[in-house]
Amino acid sequence: MLSLLPVQKLLRQLPAGPAGRPKKTAGGDTAEEVTSPVHDDLKEMLDSNKDSLKLEAMKRIVAMIARGKNASDLFPAVVKNVACKNIEVKKLVYVYLVRYAEEQQDLALLSISTFQRGLKDPNQLIRASALRVLSSIRVPIIVPIMMLAIKEAASDMSPYVRKTAAHAIPKLYSLDSDQKDQLIEVIEKLLADKTTLVAGSVVMAFEEVCPERIDLIHKNYRKLCNLLIDVEEWGQVVIINMLTRYARTQFLSPNQNVSVGDAKDAKAEAASLAKRKPYVMDPDHRLLLRNTKPLLQSRNAAVVMAVAQLYFHLAPKAEVGVIAKALVRLLRSHRSVQYVVLQNVATMSIKRRGMFEPYLKSFYIRSTDPTQIKILKLEVLTNLANETNISTILREFQTYIRSMDKDFVAATIQAIGRCATNIGKVRDTCLNGLVQLLSNRDELVVAESVVVIKKLLQMQPAQHSEIIKHMAKLTDNIQVPMARASILWLIGEYCEHVPKIAPDVLRKMAKSFTNEEDIVKLQVINLAAKLYLTNSKQSKLLTQYVLNLAKYDQNYDIRDRARFIRQLIVPTEKSGALNKYAKKLFLAQKPAPILESSFKDRDHFQLGSLSHLLNTKAVGYQELPDWPDEAPDPSVRNVEVRGAPQGAHVHGRAKVGASSQEPESVSEESGSSSSSSSSSSGSEEEDEDEEEGSGEQSEDKEEEEEKRLKRKEKEGSQKAASGSTVSPTPILGVLGTPASSKGRREWVGSPHRSLGPSQLLSPAFGAVRTYELLHRMAGEGLSVEYCFSRRPFPGDPHMVAVQIQISNNTDAEVKSLRVSEPKPLSGMRIQEFPEIGMRLAPGDTVSVVMGIDFCDSTQAANFQLCTHTRHFYVSIQPPVGELMAPVFMSENEFKKEQGEWGTGTGTGRCMDTHYPSANAHPPFCPLCRPCRGPRAPRAAGRG
Amino acid sequence: MCFQQKMIHSLFLINCSGDIFLEKHWKSVVSQSVCDYFFEAQEKAIDVENVPPVISTPHHYLISIYRDKIFFVSVIQTEVPPLFVIEFLHRVADTFQDYFGECSETAIKDNVVIVYELLEEMLDNGFPLATESNILKELIKPPTILRSVVNSITGSSNVGDTLPTGQLSNIPWRRAGVKYTNNEAYFDVVEEIDAIIDKSGSTVFAEIQGVIDSCIKLSGMPDLSLSFMNPRLLDDVSFHPCIRFKRWESERVLSFIPPDGNFRLISYRVSSQNLVAIPVYVKHMISFKENSSSGRFDVTIGPKQNMGKTVEGVVMTVHMPKAVLNMNLTATQGSYTFDPVTKVLTWDVGKITPQKLPNLKGIVNLQSGAPKPEENPSLNIQFKIQQLAISGLKVNRLDMYGEKYKPFKGVKYITKAGKFQVRT
Repeated sequence: MLSLLPVQKLLRQLPAGPAGRPKKTAGGDTAEEVTSPVHDDLKEMLDSNKDSLKLEAMKRIVAMIARGKNASDLFPAVVKNVACKNIEVKKLVYVYLVRYAEEQQDLALLSISTFQRGLKDPNQLIRASALRVLSSIRVPIIVPIMMLAIKEAASDMSPYVRKTAAHAIPKLYSLDSDQKDQLIEVIEKLLADKTTLVAGSVVMAFEEVCPERIDLIHKNYRKLCNLLIDVEEWGQVVIINMLTRYARTQFLSPNQNVSVGDAKDAKAEAASLAKRKPYVMDPDHRLLLRNTKPLLQSRNAAVVMAVAQLYFHLAPKAEVGVIAKALVRLLRSHRSVQYVVLQNVATMSIKRRGMFEPYLKSFYIRSTDPTQIKILKLEVLTNLANETNISTILREFQTYIRSMDKDFVAATIQAIGRCATNIGKVRDTCLNGLVQLLSNRDELVVAESVVVIKKLLQMQPAQHSEIIKHMAKLTDNIQVPMARASILWLIGEYCEHVPKIAPDVLRKMAKSFTNEEDIVKLQVINLAAKLYLTNSKQSKLLTQYVLNLAKYDQNYDIRDRARFIRQLIVPTEKSGALNKYAKKLFLAQKPAPILESSFKDRDHFQLGSLSHLLNTKAVGYQELPDWPDEAPDPSVRNVEVRGAPQGAHVHGRAKVGASSQEPESVSEESGSSSSSSSSSSGSEEEDEDEEEGSGEQSEDKEEEEEKRLKRKEKEGSQKAASGSTVSPTPILGVLGTPASSKGRREWVGSPHRSLGPSQLLSPAFGAVRTYELLHRMAGEGLSVEYCFSRRPFPGDPHMVAVQIQISNNTDAEVKSLRVSEPKPLSGMRIQEFPEIGMRLAPGDTVSVVMGIDFCDSTQAANFQLCTHTRHFYVSIQPPVGELMAPVFMSENEFKKEQGEWGTGTGTGRCMDTHYPSANAHPPFCPLCRPCRGPRAPRAAGRG
Repeated sequence: MCFQQKMIHSLFLINCSGDIFLEKHWKSVVSQSVCDYFFEAQEKAIDVENVPPVISTPHHYLISIYRDKIFFVSVIQTEVPPLFVIEFLHRVADTFQDYFGECSETAIKDNVVIVYELLEEMLDNGFPLATESNILKELIKPPTILRSVVNSITGSSNVGDTLPTGQLSNIPWRRAGVKYTNNEAYFDVVEEIDAIIDKSGSTVFAEIQGVIDSCIKLSGMPDLSLSFMNPRLLDDVSFHPCIRFKRWESERVLSFIPPDGNFRLISYRVSSQNLVAIPVYVKHMISFKENSSSGRFDVTIGPKQNMGKTVEGVVMTVHMPKAVLNMNLTATQGSYTFDPVTKVLTWDVGKITPQKLPNLKGIVNLQSGAPKPEENPSLNIQFKIQQLAISGLKVNRLDMYGEKYKPFKGVKYITKAGKFQVRT
């Protein structure tokens, strides 16, 4: 409430009309505002029964608003039409309402019930639009209603409504910030949402309401990274900026070991390096860098810039280079985009010069560029200058100096000065060039050159008395005060190099003293003082004269200076000890000025931000934190894995069994807890990504495992050979493909007869590979994946269980999912999963199990997957290994089987009898690659 | 109590003479007087091109763009990435262009209601909501002459009465239920040569800026893939969001479900200099005599490396120094004009025929008494070459999946001069 008061007061004072408007307005319409008959006319039209009249009236009113005229007295007439059936009238009424509700709060309340009704509408778009308008009405009384509406909408079925809820959060917060705690709860809930539609909007709300609650991001971090590429452009920018800040608090600097270059204390650095563990990038840090990189190719300049700043602030030095190309591409865009990009490039090019060096020529200046762009490009070129490219750059600069744009020429001269100070090699060349410019016809050019030469000469004055003499002559012609002052300073400073000229210059200046500008006068006094100290014989009287003139000057600074200098240099009985040191004071060695870029150290502002552009902290700017010294716990980002097919435990089987035997329970599960299924599918994505990320490591592991396995195999076979084992040994039936299919059937059938189901083992390996059955694009939003769950298919032992996971990525519900028209090859059988009667809401995922008897072939099983509207042709092709099942048998049994089969055909390729060793898991091949794993063929012949 | 309000607060549209002809507020109302700061900056800048895009005022920040003689000035209260706002404002201007055929003051004033409806949909509480033209067109139908006649008779409206679905789908850039009797897909490969040629005629800098603009009128949900003969040329590309990035990464094929209508599919940059052929050369002799009020001007343009195609639409513009009063020239081809106020010389050459090279020659009259201009003006050249992509990029084939009909397909190539400048 409090926050609103000043705004309202302000509004009352400025009724948004042309009343308080300044000079530059479209004058002439003031009559309309005063004359009420026009409005009466509109009121009549609004009261009429005809929609067309109403529409016409609303159009005229909106046109008035657009021109900034006051239409608030029509409020009662307009608000009546809020429930109008005509959709355009309604929309225009909304426009009006949002604009004036704040001023006419009581009347605005009349419309609230309409929106409340809208919030309950079965159509998601109407619900969303009602929430949107309701939350845009800035009337404090309705805060509780808004809060309720937002909370409800946040758990709406439709992601679009949830998105609108996210949009409404900052609106409510700006109306009443006391609601913060409750709003944070809603934000937390929406952050867990896994649809791309919501992600951008909720992060925006997060940034406005509680940017400090970084802890809310942990659990959603990986999801946000993975969703990023599919989020709409504007959301991407917001998310990337937020994640940049997040990463700065959660990860370690990737450049910490490299930072020796700018180390202040080498020893301390070395010590700390020794203490520090070798840097390993957090996989989550890598994930962020990897997932944002493709966005450098976005068509949206804001997205490209966001990624660029992310890389600049977060990536290891070696990787930052990738952003240069994209930034250079933006330079072809509109002028305003160029302006902002160049500002950022200027800052980046100081820190990482090498990055833009290959693109040097892209910063060359055209005569048609606007001056502000020219000057920024010049800045970048200067930053990029080094020993190797300086000659090309200077040649370019020579062209620029002849430009018609004098401001630009002045900037070029400054740039040459900077190149000369930074690169010693070309200092003389630059100086000569600048001296030539002293004879330029344009005074501005000469003046600028003088100023720059002065700075350069300070670096090595002894060699350049000729130039100083030349400049002394210029005092007759040049009128620009800054240049005159510079020349006088130079002569005074180096009067010993030009002993003959200096007193003469002073004489001339004393003559014109009264007509000079203040800065020139100050320098004349300076010159006089210095000459008095070095050459008092020639200049004593002149100095006295100048000081006397200054004594009566209008400017008190000059009077002050004159008095001060007189006391200091002219010895009197009163003058103290300082007098002795006057020469030391005036003619001390002065350090040469350092010509620095104005963009130096601007990178303490987050690049791409408004604050960086203005080089001051803008309101609401979030500091980019420094890297932490110790990485915070990375496990906070772990998300509980649920529902992923990781049945490493024996009881896992029961669970799956239940779900496959009673498909209703599956639907129940996914129906009742859409959030749980969402989290599970989210985490699955992450799992995949982690796998990718740590790919190398896991491969290494696999290799090791392999070696270990081989060793074991050897041992095992030795033991088997010695035949010392008696106890029932669990083994894994391992058999190649027998020669005759007939024989095989008999054999393979046998375990099923002889072995009870309890002897079937659960797979002990972790990773089950998921295959794609139907891509999201091909399936028009429906995506289907499958994996071989490696568990027995209940009901038919010959069948391989295939777990199918269906996700609905469309925006509509999908009904009656089923399999139809299976076209199995000869012998193949498919046990379809029962039709999923339940509706699959957008964003939901369901998993079912179906059984396929592949007849031990690797031929694909083809069938159709149907929804209530579409049919998709799909096929499942099993890898060989997936056709096997783990079984338990004693060694003797194994030998028996082997004897029966292995000898006959010689195909009992690899046999393995290993013991329930230290390994507590059920003994089973730890490899997930099916073909390597010794397993018994599962499926058997029929009947 | 403090609260933040992020993103775009208000928008003012201002014409060149400084009239605020439209304002829109997404949050509480900001007085027009805030624009005074903008006018101040504008006066200081002299040239419209030099108005700083970001202006800081005591309570607000003004971020502006200048498009088609209109300033779009947005009012910001807190930290926001400036490019975010700039890019959005350009999107607004693009939308107006798309809807009204031009983004001019008259067009905006004539369609003020539609403009207001559009702005209402594009931003919610200052945050971009629907910026895809396909979605907007479903929400608000663009005006046509026929429709405005029908509307005025029947009283029906421009607002779509079906609720939009595109926004809700996975493919937000395409509207649903598209139907055409003639299914067509056209691609224009447009390449512009940006170059700086120095005095002696050698190339200081050259690169090709290319775009593929598409006009796709296909029914249903077509899934297209466009492949190139030489995709390696494209190493610096930016994509329309519809393009599947992974397919491009792995196969160098552009695979996408297109938006309906006109849109820019990709833009690309070919920058390695040896790849860039410069299709014209310019011989020039511009000199001003010391201590005399005249100078000489002699320019010839000729074709070079144009792959046997004709260079046409050649126009040369030169900003002459301020001291130039008038020019007395004869052109062997085309016609020239000199504006003594802006000092701009324009020579409309037309087509270049190698047998007879176009030449413009004559006397430059200078202000008497003024010193000889120090600088020589640079020549800006425009030209066009039909049926040629100067980089050599060639479309291989276009395949369509997902729909059964056979579309009509076409590709057109054109090369133009971009920022093509010859220093003298």
